[in-house]
Amino acid sequence: MHNFVDAIRFILRNGQIPGQPHFTTLTYYALGTLKITVLAMAISVAIGLPVGLWLGHLHRGSFVAINLGNVWRALPSLVVLAIGSAFLGIGLREVLLALVVLAVPPIITNAYVGVDEVDRDLSDAARGMGMTGWQVLTRVELPLAVPLVMAGVRTAALFVVSTTTLAAYAGFGDSLGEIVSNEASYHLYGILGAAICIALLAMAIEVGLALVQRALTPRPLRRAERLARPDELLVPQLEGV
Amino acid sequence: MNPPVLIAAGGGGPIIPNFGGNGHAYACEQANRLFCWGWFSHNWSGTLWPALRQHVVLVLIAVAIGFAISMLLALLAHRFRPVEQPVIAFTSFLYTIPSLALFELLIPVPGLGLSRATAEVALVAYTLLILFRNILAGLRNVPADVLDAARGMGMSHRQMLWRVELPLALPAIIAGLRIATVSTVALATIAALVDNEGLGVPILSGINDYYFKTELIAAGALTVLLAVAADGMLVGVQRLLTPWSRGRAA
Amino acid sequence: MSSALDHDASSATGTATRGDASTALELELRHVQKAYPGSRQPAIPDLSLTVPAGEVCILVGPSGSGKTTAMRLINRMIPLTGGDILLGGRSVLERPETELRREIGYVIQQVGLFPHQTVRDNIATVPRLLGWPKDRIEHRVRELLELISLDPDEVGDRYPHQLSGGQRQRVGVARALAADPPLLLMDEPFGAIDPINRASLQDGFLALQERVRKTVVFVTHDIDEAIKMGDRIAILREGGTLAQYATPAEILDHPADAFVADFIGADRALKRLGLASLADVTLRPLNGDQPAGDLPVSTSVRDALAAVLAAGGRPLRVLEPDGGVRGLATLEAIGHVLGGAGELDGTGRPPARGQP
Ligand SMILES: Nc1ncnc2c1ncn2[C@@H]1O[C@H](COP(=O)(O)OP(=O)(O)OP(=O)(O)O)[C@@H](O)[C@H]1O
Ligand SMILES: [Mg+2]
Repeated sequence: MHNFVDAIRFILRNGQIPGQPHFTTLTYYALGTLKITVLAMAISVAIGLPVGLWLGHLHRGSFVAINLGNVWRALPSLVVLAIGSAFLGIGLREVLLALVVLAVPPIITNAYVGVDEVDRDLSDAARGMGMTGWQVLTRVELPLAVPLVMAGVRTAALFVVSTTTLAAYAGFGDSLGEIVSNEASYHLYGILGAAICIALLAMAIEVGLALVQRALTPRPLRRAERLARPDELLVPQLEGV
Repeated sequence: MNPPVLIAAGGGGPIIPNFGGNGHAYACEQANRLFCWGWFSHNWSGTLWPALRQHVVLVLIAVAIGFAISMLLALLAHRFRPVEQPVIAFTSFLYTIPSLALFELLIPVPGLGLSRATAEVALVAYTLLILFRNILAGLRNVPADVLDAARGMGMSHRQMLWRVELPLALPAIIAGLRIATVSTVALATIAALVDNEGLGVPILSGINDYYFKTELIAAGALTVLLAVAADGMLVGVQRLLTPWSRGRAA
Repeated sequence: MSSALDHDASSATGTATRGDASTALELELRHVQKAYPGSRQPAIPDLSLTVPAGEVCILVGPSGSGKTTAMRLINRMIPLTGGDILLGGRSVLERPETELRREIGYVIQQVGLFPHQTVRDNIATVPRLLGWPKDRIEHRVRELLELISLDPDEVGDRYPHQLSGGQRQRVGVARALAADPPLLLMDEPFGAIDPINRASLQDGFLALQERVRKTVVFVTHDIDEAIKMGDRIAILREGGTLAQYATPAEILDHPADAFVADFIGADRALKRLGLASLADVTLRPLNGDQPAGDLPVSTSVRDALAAVLAAGGRPLRVLEPDGGVRGLATLEAIGHVLGGAGELDGTGRPPARGQP
């Protein structure tokens, strides 16, 4: 238990170790982690959402969109990162690239499924009332697909935070993972302190995105959300029943 | 720049070629090629195969325990609705903790430390949300008219569960198992941080090696192949167990 | 559950599917009361009626009048608030729920076939619950499939989603009959079927009932279905009270009140004609008129009227099954039917059912 007490002390000292020369602060690492997460997510959403939503709207490319998600799940993120860095180097840009590669698939898959599975009768009715394809997508399909679409974004965000910290093992030092991977300097309590910070950061991001999702979800659909943080429920076999 | 780094092998690690006399045999390694088949076959039985086997064991144990716990919780939540929310909240919480943090946080817990138990606890923790949710969704999605008919014909609660609800939930349950298994295979590579076994060991050692990437690529590829194989197997199991959903338009 | 089962042992030898009233039990509802928790008005305040063994009792009434409720009280799918229900003189309340339900066939509108089981396994559900030996189950399933006119070898191993809606409905009925229950409950069993198939399912069921003679409680929205299928009709009104309980002919001839008259419709005279056949009509002798055509004596009076009208009101000749002439059907003769109910056999059974 005393390890955890020391870990809290370590956090309260902002990552400084008594009797040591000044280390980089926890705040700095946390901000670094946050920064790369936000950057990677911004790029991934910018790429993944339009692709997934549009494919879903056209009900095309289900094979690619869904299997992308399946393959993605099988990728050990650390390996992707390490192989990427082995050939590209390990700067911010290279890590970002690897993170985007890892974050785009769940975003595409969920956006695709979310829109694709909106009741056809609804989109047909909307079209029948004279809406254009774009209007059908933005006014009917998208609002109904918010929970699934956002679940994809949330899953991707968790994945990015997790991978960013792992990147320390591949040599990327600007994240909280740097402390975790460096027991020699920080001792076990330092590692624990950093791990707690990583967990808190992930929760904060998760809660933030959950609030965004709530704000985006049309009011009447909000309560139906219980079992549905449905990110993983979308393996197509589920339809088989 | 010839890599002397390659020689720095630790006990129990992979056999790293010693570039003594017969340089000819290690031409690939010396030329620092992307992937050296010679190394791969040389280290297959000593390093990669055992690591693969350990990996399979790690995953099997984690998924089996995770499945047992989730099934119990899901059956409970199926019978008593109020159980659902707390379970979802707790398992979501576990799911949210990044893997690196969770593994590290378990180390100081008494009885765990650097061990397989630690690895399993973390891996099990990640399977719970997915399995619980899929099993429960499967049980809940059984059509009301089917349940009504089953009850009306005089099935007891237990008979309804075994003869109607569980069989009809099978596709959802197996879908959950597929996701859980595949992601556990990938996640178990990180377990090498706390437990010196599985494919994570050659992966970490490959990462630490600045020049020689065959080990990293080989172990990484094996991980992906294992995940794909496990997924394929579960699809086969589902086909076998749910003959009624065969040949049904998707 | 002895009586039904013992009896069924003989059905395995193929004798019991013929009409045999001993398989049916009388059903009696005594001051049955049902209030759903949380609602102020009881769904059924006080309902009493008796269905004699082997008869078809139809529950009709507007939506929300408590038909489904009344039916589900019988096999205890929902708990009774007050009163008692007796099956064969024995209260359903003193028996374990599951045991009771295995003895009562149950068919619902959505059919509720098990999607994960073949037709064969679906039908075998209750016999399996009762622990019948394998070969007896197999025999019974085959027998039932033949009874509902499905080829056991062709359809037996299909899954429900490989059947048509009408076939599914028939399998539902076969499943309910599997353990030869003395009582059959059917909640709008043909409600989701198109009119043409529905008519053939109704005919099929009547033919089946002719052979198996179960006590049947049958819920429907459709007064025409009720008149066609029922030995007796119970008309419920909003609030769950019984407006009238009588034979179809009685209800059409003497509706108890304005609600019933309104419910059975302004064309009740026509419906009444549908219940009689030309055999019930006092025909005019054939005295030199030129008939516009011929009708078999089994034609319902309603159809005969239509035929006479189609012939421009000219009389039609009525033929016996052996080809002999029975008389002339005229508008006047048909009109007499409505005037004197005494001329009818009074059972109200549609002639199609071939009552002796
Ligand atoms: N589970 C329930 N809880 C509360 N009230 C119920 C419940 N089921 C039915 N009711 C009420 O009981 C009354 C009778 O319902 P019931 O389903 O028996 O009607 P019904 O005659 O079968 O109608 P329909 O023709 O529409 O099937 C209705 O007022 C209905 O709202
Ligand atoms: Mg009803």
